[in-house]
Amino acid sequence: MSNVLFARVARLVAVVTVCLVAAACSQTRPELGADGSVVPGSGQDFVVNVGDRVFFNNNQSSLSPAARATLDKQAQWLNAYSNYTITIEGHADERGTRQYNIALGARRAQAVYDYLSAKGVSQSRIKTISYGKERPVAVCDADSCWSQNRRAVTVVNNAGS
Amino acid sequence: MSVQATSEHKGSTFWRCLGTRVKALVVAGFASVALLGPAHALIEIDITQGNLEPMPIALPHFATQGEQADLGQQISGIVTADLQRSGLFRPIDPAAHIQQNMNVNTQPRFGDWRTIGAQALVTGSVSQLPDGRLKAEFRLWDVYAGQQLIGQQFFTTPQNWRRLAHIISDEIYERLTGEKGYFDTRIVFVDESGPKDQRRKRLAIMDQDGANIRYLTNGSELVLTPRFSPVSQEITYMSYSGQNPQVYLLNIETGQRETLGNFPGMTFAPRFSPDGQRVVMSLQQGSNANIYLMDLRTRRTTRLTNTAAIDTSPSFSPDGRQIVFESDRGGSQQLYVMGSNGQNAQRISFGPGNYSTPVWSPRGDLIAFTKVHQGRFMIGVMRPDGSGERILTEGYHNEGPAWSPNGRVLTFFRDTRGGQGGPQVWTVDLTGYNEQVVQTPNFASDPAWSPLLD
Repeated sequence: MSNVLFARVARLVAVVTVCLVAAACSQTRPELGADGSVVPGSGQDFVVNVGDRVFFNNNQSSLSPAARATLDKQAQWLNAYSNYTITIEGHADERGTRQYNIALGARRAQAVYDYLSAKGVSQSRIKTISYGKERPVAVCDADSCWSQNRRAVTVVNNAGS
Repeated sequence: MSVQATSEHKGSTFWRCLGTRVKALVVAGFASVALLGPAHALIEIDITQGNLEPMPIALPHFATQGEQADLGQQISGIVTADLQRSGLFRPIDPAAHIQQNMNVNTQPRFGDWRTIGAQALVTGSVSQLPDGRLKAEFRLWDVYAGQQLIGQQFFTTPQNWRRLAHIISDEIYERLTGEKGYFDTRIVFVDESGPKDQRRKRLAIMDQDGANIRYLTNGSELVLTPRFSPVSQEITYMSYSGQNPQVYLLNIETGQRETLGNFPGMTFAPRFSPDGQRVVMSLQQGSNANIYLMDLRTRRTTRLTNTAAIDTSPSFSPDGRQIVFESDRGGSQQLYVMGSNGQNAQRISFGPGNYSTPVWSPRGDLIAFTKVHQGRFMIGVMRPDGSGERILTEGYHNEGPAWSPNGRVLTFFRDTRGGQGGPQVWTVDLTGYNEQVVQTPNFASDPAWSPLLD
């Protein structure tokens, strides 16, 4: 029940993110059809219908069953649309020290890298980067925010389209 | 930029130069007023004791001659603030002073100063010479003994007036505590502006009291963890400006910057060796971070650790023979000490909680760290063998200690809760009783202290 709710919240966050991106960038391919629906194979399709991020427990980089389910869908999509390259961004919450969190974010990005490449996504398409605790998406003073920040985000790069 | 100083206290004339450019030495005598033999101070502060009573000291406004009528008051005001912030001195309110209009060249009425409880007295004057330079004189008096402890003259350019005040503070601190001062120093840090989820970070440098902020980067790139060279006007830091986030070296006088090393991945957590000739840092390799050493002259890199763990935050001992670092090789973040060749790593932290960001005191006697336990972030110290752990401050979020050059004070940053919260730079002395915020125009984090300027 709470998982369903959480998935909805996460999706809502994802949609908002896409709107911001859409407003900020001139797009090289249409993301929305004439009727407002998401175009399959577009970056927005990946964010909205696949899910671009997975979440981690405190100080952990192991993939939960929910994370693996998301990454299975990511791998399927990336194998179908093989013209895209991706950047995996690893992040940590603010309740750790800076240097360690940089390495922890890298460890989380690496976990996603390893999983996707094991699922057939060519390693030459994947780049990783860690932002440590420098790029939170939620800023409240509670674990409801920190848990959203302990994440790895798969960013689909337009360059391949 | 130069300050020349003469002193009869030291027995011979000496001079100091500010910055790297040296001007012709100006010799000026400064005869003792008291005409007593070599002073043996009766007043002394033992700063190794905890929770001591600060020494009452009187600092009447320095007399001023010339156009800048309030300059003398400003200089004695900075000296007063420096000494007060150290926690070792209690400056007496000038409104309580009995003897007024002090002349630096006449002996004080010691009885007047004993009456108000002053143990030490500082008199001084500042004037502008026909060639435009400032001339400052000051004397430090032992009120009970009726003796002069220091008498010095300084010559410098007018824009150096704040440094002049800090140098006087250092002389007073050193004479009365027996320890080198730390007031004529700077702090490099990360200035933070903008909302929490879109922070703009800039490298910045300021005097240790928060004055004279200068920005070293423009905020277009994310920058973290700057550290001062112990021997040159250079800092090393991490930046996200290139293809990979990497460690850089920046000359703060010329603005020249370079990448350190040609590593195949992200490098971070840099710190100079005590001789300034090497930089030790972490290299991310897959899931693991290992510690590498780079020689700045030969550009050769040496791998120091090789574990399936996060090894980071390396910091040399002042003799250069050992390195303390944090590692989660045992399952949680703990502190380890190894030889500077990477051999014989020994865990030294065993208390409950996670230990990180260790930094070795320039005196060699202590290692400061961040400790996280049950959601509390603390700054503490322990001996290099792990014994004698003491927590100096704790709260919601305290992180990233760095030592003053005399090893008596730590600077760190303290963050506050929630979306509107943000970090500020603080200092705490080794007693833990004297915490001070350093006022900055924006949020500020990752402070690191410079060595004493020359």
